[in-house]
Amino acid sequence: MEFDKETHSEHISTHFDAELEQIKSNLMAMGGLVEQQLADALAALASRDALLAERAQKSDNKINQMEITIDEECIRIIARRQPAASDLRLVVAISKANRDLERVGDETCRIARYATKMLREDVPSNTEVRHIGRHVSEMVRNSLTAFARYDTELAYQVAREDFKVDEEYKFAMRALVTDMMEEPRHVARNMNIIWILRSLERIGDHACNISDHLIYLVKGINVSHSSLEQIKETVRE
Amino acid sequence: MSPTRQPKISIKTTERCLQPLVLSQETIAVEVKDLNLYYGDKQALNCINMSIPRHRVTAFIGPSGCGKSTLLRCFNRMNDLVDLCQVRGIISLEGKDIYDRKVDVAELRRRVGMVFQKPNPFPKSVYENVAYGLRIQGIRKKHVIDEAVEWALRSAALWDEVKDRLQESALGLSGGQQQRLVIARSIAVKPAVLLLDEPASALDPISTLKIEQLIHELKDRFTIVIVTHNMQQAARVSDYTAFMYMGDLIEFGSTDDLFTNPHKKQTEDYITGRYG
Repeated sequence: MEFDKETHSEHISTHFDAELEQIKSNLMAMGGLVEQQLADALAALASRDALLAERAQKSDNKINQMEITIDEECIRIIARRQPAASDLRLVVAISKANRDLERVGDETCRIARYATKMLREDVPSNTEVRHIGRHVSEMVRNSLTAFARYDTELAYQVAREDFKVDEEYKFAMRALVTDMMEEPRHVARNMNIIWILRSLERIGDHACNISDHLIYLVKGINVSHSSLEQIKETVRE
Repeated sequence: MSPTRQPKISIKTTERCLQPLVLSQETIAVEVKDLNLYYGDKQALNCINMSIPRHRVTAFIGPSGCGKSTLLRCFNRMNDLVDLCQVRGIISLEGKDIYDRKVDVAELRRRVGMVFQKPNPFPKSVYENVAYGLRIQGIRKKHVIDEAVEWALRSAALWDEVKDRLQESALGLSGGQQQRLVIARSIAVKPAVLLLDEPASALDPISTLKIEQLIHELKDRFTIVIVTHNMQQAARVSDYTAFMYMGDLIEFGSTDDLFTNPHKKQTEDYITGRYG
């Protein structure tokens, strides 16, 4: 049976309601931090701002701490409440999304480090990075919005966008490799861009994972390894 | 065992019932078809259709008064002993209707054993508790009874604890031991089905876990149906779960599915603690 967001909070035990609400709030707060971190890292590249890059790296500590806190809260709920059905799926989905958000934080931190390096070496900003960065930022935002609203249709849109990001990533990689072959002096610069693009592509994958977890929560079906068509069918049935 | 008693009240109802869940991978031990049960003119079970798979554990869960124990007692016709109880429909054990007039109810109750919430060992020795069923079946040879008693006590995970005190009174055992003795007594006569009505609710947590472990070990040899108020116990021990509410079977399915993604809102509400 589909997850009913209207009645989900109405347990006989109000403490249980509060506990579930708490882990969800914490996940959304962590999502907000990760979004800001990613925005800082990409802005650092676009506007050549070393301070923003530094801020993005520093915020990773808080994100890691939140991941541990949320993880512990999920384990506590499982131990004490033995949740079942949609409650169980909620705790599992939050636990998995928590992990994905922490990985987004790590990838963003990596982007910020390369940004710092590129700024030091006076490397110009890259169009593909800006474009894919915007795309991926929107995916992260939408995956978190979908989670907050239990919106499976929006989650499906995120999964659809991930295919486009993957295509754009491959295209950008081909262009950079071709450039390196034609201009060997661009190798060092392009390698930095390649690592940044790789991190962005992974961030897109993690946003897609968060959407998959939300679909599992609402529909009770694991779509982790499903095709886009299968995900659409699951969401719309 | 007392003879069956037929109440003299006739009840006319239209009884259109939903089709049971088809368990394509399982052999069926007990089939329930269009079962309605009345206590006087009060209907306690409404059009129950279900298939109990063989050599699996099926749990009945639901709030108090939903009909779980009533349904369980239908399987060995214990409800025959209740005044004004009338059963309509068919319950088949291995293909044969147990409510057929030709059925020997005493023999049925050997084949469908029952264990109750409160352990009820006989005021006899441990040995005689287990041997009783064998003796009334006509088994006389001591070595046959000795072997059967040991087998039953081993199967009930009790042998090591009582082998040196077989002639002592069963009433001297702990609650958990008494319950396992009752289970040994039931399985000594090699039933097809074992009915457990809240078998661990009067026991401490450790004894409860031992009973659950025993259920897990026994299901390879017996079909087990358990009524429990403890949803987590149902989730731990059973392969299939039936959720009942006010005499209706709301949902029946694999325990994994029912506890992760139930189909019915009532089931979801009950197992997540929203029912109240």
